[in-house]
Amino acid sequence: MTPRLFAGLLPGFLTALIVAAFALTAQAVQPDEILEDPVLEARARDLSKDIRCLVCQNESIDSSNAELAKDLRVLVRERLVAGDSDQQVLDFLVERYGDFVLLRPPFKPQTYLLWFGPAAILLLGGLAVVAYFRQRRREAGPAMASAAPLSAEEQRRLSDLLREDGRA
Amino acid sequence: MSKRVILLLPIALFAVLVGAFLWGLAPDRDPSQVPSAMVDKPAPDFDLPSVTGLDIPGLKTGDLTGEVILVNFFASWCVPCRVEHPVFMDLAARGDVKLVAINYRDEPADAVAWLAELGNPYSRIGADLDARTGIDWGVSGVPETYVIDSSGRIRYQHIGPMLPRHYEETIRPMIEDLRQ
Repeated sequence: MTPRLFAGLLPGFLTALIVAAFALTAQAVQPDEILEDPVLEARARDLSKDIRCLVCQNESIDSSNAELAKDLRVLVRERLVAGDSDQQVLDFLVERYGDFVLLRPPFKPQTYLLWFGPAAILLLGGLAVVAYFRQRRREAGPAMASAAPLSAEEQRRLSDLLREDGRA
Repeated sequence: MSKRVILLLPIALFAVLVGAFLWGLAPDRDPSQVPSAMVDKPAPDFDLPSVTGLDIPGLKTGDLTGEVILVNFFASWCVPCRVEHPVFMDLAARGDVKLVAINYRDEPADAVAWLAELGNPYSRIGADLDARTGIDWGVSGVPETYVIDSSGRIRYQHIGPMLPRHYEETIRPMIEDLRQ
């Protein structure tokens, strides 16, 4: 491909890339839901990504097409417009749907197992490995130290063998 | 001694695993079931009009005190609602408990036709056209049924269709308990 041809294709290629990128981030938010204030809308989008759609359950309300998700998106925007802080909006939803509505689990005593569990298992595994190698060294160490020195007979056979080896 | 412990460890781990599977795969367990956040809270503030075309009054918070009441969220487009409806027809015929409903995100004409076809067990029906009241109740879909005690407090949230065994094994004993 000549450089000039490549340059000619480049704008088309870039356009295709940009279109593809937008296709990937296409969301369920409908034009009529979007707020006029871009700052509030950005906050609403960020919040919506952390709120679980209770119908589809593994999608956020930002990406779900369920009617309940739409209602919750509109509700989030209404509350932001009314002057609620992000936390107040989340609290409003948690009050009705429980912590389950949050895609990011809160940090509190009931969720310590969730947050610390993996680290605790890693720690236990590490301790087990350390204990295992310590045990092995303790067993191997004294065995080597306490091995009796070769007797005169053994020493003579050993040097015989070595001499034989050297001749061959 | 410590060797024996190590030999037993895989068996112990296996037993734990089997236990987890028995719990996780039990046919009665529904992993999509959301634990209710509404239990023990007072019924939310709402005031819903009646369903247009129905000769039955609407529903508001004030209607939910004084006795044990079941509040059923239903819609004509909801297939499981059809499944549970005979249970409500039966308990209304027996006069077990006061039963009211919230018609969730429904076309009034469809709701009227649906009740004409299957019968109406409800003494009051509020029309929640935009599902806002549903959100205040923590409803994630229909059908759902709430048990309200005589002080107007939510005591139980049943998610999904109310099958005869749910009513007999859980709801009816609870109603009797709450009446005492």
